[in-house]
Amino acid sequence: MSTILVFAEHGAGTVRRASLECIAAAKATGSDVVAIVTGQGATDAAESLGNHGASRVVCLTGADQYSPDATGVDIAAVACDLGVRGFLAAATSTGKDLAPRVAMHLDSVLFSDCTGLEAAGDSFKISRPWLAGKAIANCTSTGPVFCATTRLNSFATNEVGGTAEVSERPASTDGKVIVTGITAKEGGKLDVAEAPIVVSGGRGLKEPEGFKIIEDLAEALGNTAVGASRAVVDAGWRPHSEQVGQTGKVVSPGLYIAVGISGAIQHIAGMKTSGVIVAINKDPDAPIFKLADYGIVGDAFEVVPALTAAVKELMATA
Amino acid sequence: MNIVACIKRVPTTDAQAKVNADGKSLDTSGFQYMTSFYDEIAVEEAIKTKEAHGGEVTVLTVGPTEGTKEVRECIAKGADGGVILTDPDWGQRDNLSTAKVLAARLSEMGAELAFFGKVATDRDNNAVGAMTATKLGWACVTDVIELSLADGRGTAKRESESGVESVEFSLPAIITCDKGLNEPRYAGLKGIMAAKKKPLEEAQFENVPNQIEVESLELPAPRKEGRIVGEGPEAVAALIDALRNEAKVL
Ligand SMILES: Cc1cc2nc3c(=O)[nH]c(=O)nc-3n(C[C@H](O)[C@H](O)[C@H](O)COP(=O)(O)OP(=O)(O)OC[C@H]3O[C@@H](n4cnc5c(N)ncnc54)[C@H](O)[C@@H]3O)c2cc1C
Repeated sequence: MSTILVFAEHGAGTVRRASLECIAAAKATGSDVVAIVTGQGATDAAESLGNHGASRVVCLTGADQYSPDATGVDIAAVACDLGVRGFLAAATSTGKDLAPRVAMHLDSVLFSDCTGLEAAGDSFKISRPWLAGKAIANCTSTGPVFCATTRLNSFATNEVGGTAEVSERPASTDGKVIVTGITAKEGGKLDVAEAPIVVSGGRGLKEPEGFKIIEDLAEALGNTAVGASRAVVDAGWRPHSEQVGQTGKVVSPGLYIAVGISGAIQHIAGMKTSGVIVAINKDPDAPIFKLADYGIVGDAFEVVPALTAAVKELMATA
Repeated sequence: MNIVACIKRVPTTDAQAKVNADGKSLDTSGFQYMTSFYDEIAVEEAIKTKEAHGGEVTVLTVGPTEGTKEVRECIAKGADGGVILTDPDWGQRDNLSTAKVLAARLSEMGAELAFFGKVATDRDNNAVGAMTATKLGWACVTDVIELSLADGRGTAKRESESGVESVEFSLPAIITCDKGLNEPRYAGLKGIMAAKKKPLEEAQFENVPNQIEVESLELPAPRKEGRIVGEGPEAVAALIDALRNEAKVL
């Protein structure tokens, strides 16, 4: 059986959902999965990984501050020691930063943001978007180790009820890049790429204050991130971290609600793989309606508050 | 400082994908091209760094000969020269081999600091900057939204899912640039005229094998036909009903 090494990210010991998706994707190929974790709380994180499909967990210990280049060296060393056939990380900001370093150490090409992964002989086959998802490429690699990152919300997580054998390995501490601190998002806000539901607003909201109705709807839905079109990010109404699209984030939530967004090709590139798409726009000819599963033609300032009230009522009775 | 801005020529973001008859390559016949969005930010940061700390900026690309157009456009903004490594296999070239080619050239040029876009908007790899730095044994900070340099070291801010990370690093380094780092300037007429006289070297490189094999390329399945559930706030009940009972997402 081939072995896949998966970098598992965690916050204070709680493994990120994106990493659990990645482990499940690796496991689904029929491979043996070894997870690698680092940072404070790594041993706590290690315990939950067995349940999600890892047979072994390697904890990198002793580094007080995260260094992506040092971690890349450590992961590549573990990959070589174990003779793995594959290396995977979730396509989070940290994963996308780390995976190319590991891939170069392993002299292997990197497949980023994969939406499909399957076994092919003693290697693997992936599917991944090109041109912001306008085309899907199915690829293999002739490289020594199959390196890839998995797109968020593209693979289901899986609980298999196992326990993993945990081992420790001292982390390298000679990194050239050190993360010295992190300013957390206010109120633990969800990232638009990770959230299961996204409510996005565009120029149709008229002014920055117009986003109040978007935030209220997001809060009523719960577990929801606010997104934005580039037009309103460029206007300075919303931060770039919320931009959805070809030059923002590519999101694939279960439910995407676009309010006052026309549906330009660059915006659509960032959200068209969402599970269910709802559009609210006063222009019945807006291109976003061509993509949407459900549309309401109307003024956002009338429709959205009514929707928020209806959602609140629903949540109260549920 | 010897500063390099690495750019890539990519199809414009309004390009529509069509697959060639071979079933595994893109029909690029109708494509127009531009410098990748984030690479414009890289060029701007390189020029700003020169303005603040002195030095020279070279624009570097691996690409088809036609890419001299994008290199010239970037030089016109205030760079001192350009290098295009002409690639007969461009289009097939993967991130690993691109990074090796760039690393070899950066080291030959004696570069101390190189700026890349965080991702090229064609293959969307987010990989070449960090791979190149790893090959060179340099520091690399990706997705940078704030940067300052002093005394052979730098500090930067980058955005992750959990918030904004503060990072310290040593030089030489590769910085991959995210939106928000700066506002790219436009090339003025003076810059465009001056760029015509600045050196633009077209060079070959020693080929490095690709590892990617594209088995097939497909267009994404079209989404199933949707519908307008109604007009105005009265339609909310119908929407809630559809989301709950049909789509089952609420
Ligand atoms: C290189 C490049 C990269 C780009 N990258 C991105 C990207 O990543 N993401 C992105 O989003 N865009 C991107 N764009 C920009 C894109 O082309 C569009 O300009 C942008 O998406 C438009 O934003 P919008 O839909 O908010 O605004 P508009 O196109 O102005 O649409 C506003 C919509 O609001 C509706 N409206 C107005 N008032 C109301 C009301 N009261 N109630 C309800 N609806 C109302 C209108 O009918 C209209 O449909 C990019 C462009 C380029 C050239």
